Amino acid sequence: MAGLDKRVSSYEEALAGLTDGMTVLAGGFGLCGIPENLIAEIYRLGTRNLTVVSNNCGIDGFGLGVLLEKHQIRKIIASYVGENALFEQQLLNGEIDVELTPQGTLAEKLRAGGAGIPAFFTATGYGTPIAEGKEVREFNGRNHILEQAITGDFAIVKGWKADYLGNVVYRHTAQNFNPMVATAGRITVVEVEEIVEPGQLDPTQIHTPGIYVDRVIQGKFEKRIEKRTVRS
Amino acid sequence: MALNREQMAKRVAAELKDGYYVNLGIGIPTLVANYIPKGMQVMLQSENGLLGMGEFPTEDNIDADMINAGKQTVTAVPGASIFSSAESFAMIRGGHVDLTVLGAFEVDVEGNIASWMIPGKLIKGMGGAMDLVAGADNIIVTMTHASKEGESKLLSRCSLPLTGAGCIRKVLTDLAYLEIEDGAFILRERAPGVTVEEIKAKTAGRLIIPGDVPEMNI
Repeated sequence: MAGLDKRVSSYEEALAGLTDGMTVLAGGFGLCGIPENLIAEIYRLGTRNLTVVSNNCGIDGFGLGVLLEKHQIRKIIASYVGENALFEQQLLNGEIDVELTPQGTLAEKLRAGGAGIPAFFTATGYGTPIAEGKEVREFNGRNHILEQAITGDFAIVKGWKADYLGNVVYRHTAQNFNPMVATAGRITVVEVEEIVEPGQLDPTQIHTPGIYVDRVIQGKFEKRIEKRTVRS
Repeated sequence: MALNREQMAKRVAAELKDGYYVNLGIGIPTLVANYIPKGMQVMLQSENGLLGMGEFPTEDNIDADMINAGKQTVTAVPGASIFSSAESFAMIRGGHVDLTVLGAFEVDVEGNIASWMIPGKLIKGMGGAMDLVAGADNIIVTMTHASKEGESKLLSRCSLPLTGAGCIRKVLTDLAYLEIEDGAFILRERAPGVTVEEIKAKTAGRLIIPGDVPEMNI
C-alpha cells in the first residue's frame, strides 16, 4: 500500500490487526451482498469474543453462521436472526448475546456512526420492549426514543467494483447495509468482484467514496441464494 | 364463509390507488401484488432497498444480487430504483410510502399491534416491522380474526409485546374489514355469508356495529 492505493494482495493482509474482543460491522441482507471471503478469513483466523453488527447472522455453514461453529461471536446486534439452528442453540445456552434492533434503526445507527452523529430520536419502537431504558422525548406531539450510533473496529463490506482508491459501486440489492457499514468502521475493508483503474468508474455513480475505505481486495464469490424463487 | 388468503389479498388490493407506493409484508400481504387492478400503476417497495419490485425471475434470469425483503429472488420493473437500507428506511420512516400491508398476531382497540415476539418461544427478530408501523400513516393489517382454538386476536389490549403503539387504523381479517377509532373496532364490512353475530362472538375488544353492515365485494 502506498499513498491512496488501498489494494491488498491477501485476505490475511485485508484483516491485519483484527484481534479478540473487537467489534466487526458486516454488510449484507440475508446472504445477499455479504463479504463472504472476509467472513471466511475471520473463521480461519479464529478471532474470538467478537461483537458482530449485521442485519442477519447468515445460515448454518455459510456467511456469519460459520463464525458460530468456533464460538467466535460473543454478541450480535441484528434485526432478524432466524434461519440458523446453531445460533438458536448458542442463544438458548447463553453463549451468545443478541441485541435485536429494528432494521431501519440499525441502518440509521450505522449511518449516524459514520457521519459523526452520536445519537438520534426515532418513533420506531416507542411503546415496545426495545424502548426499555431509553430516553423518551416528544416532538410534534409524538413520542420518540433516543437511539445511539454504532461504530466498529472493523467494517467488512462487499462491493461489485472498486477502483484502487476505494471508490465502490454495489450491484442491485447487494447494496443494502454495505454503504452505511463502510462509513462506520475504524478500519474499513471492501472486497469486490473487480478492481479497476481510477477513472473507469463514473464519479457520479459512486456509492461509497474512497475516503471511507482503507483496504480493497478482489475476491471470487459463491453468492449463495437463500430462497431461490422462480415464476412458473 | 371466511375469506381464504387469496380473497383477503384481493380485498386489500381494492384499497390500492393509481400512483401509490406500497410496501407489502411477508405472507398474505405479498399476494396483494397479484391483484393490482389492470391499468393501475403501483410501485412496490421492498425494504432491503428496492422500489419497483417485479415478479419472480425465470431460471434464466435469476440473480443472487436481486432479492426482496423476504430474501426471495425477484426482478425489478422498468423504472425501478435500488438504494441502501438507510435510504429505504428514510422513505418508510419519513412517511413517503402510501400504503403498508402487514400481518400480525394481535391488534387492539388502541391501535396497538403485536407481530414479532411470543414470550417463551424463540425470538427471531422484528426485521423492519417496527419501522414500518411507526413510519406509515396508512397501514392495513391482515390476519385471521381468531386463532385455530377460537381465541380472538382483536383485543381490548394486546397481550404480546408490541411492535408499535397506537399506529393501526385498518384491519382486514378473514371475517371482516374493520377500522379502529376512539378505542373501538368499527365493523365496516362482513365477509360474504359471515354474520354480524359470528364477528361479535370472535371480537374480544369493544366492537361498534354502525347499523347495517354490508358484505364485502370480492
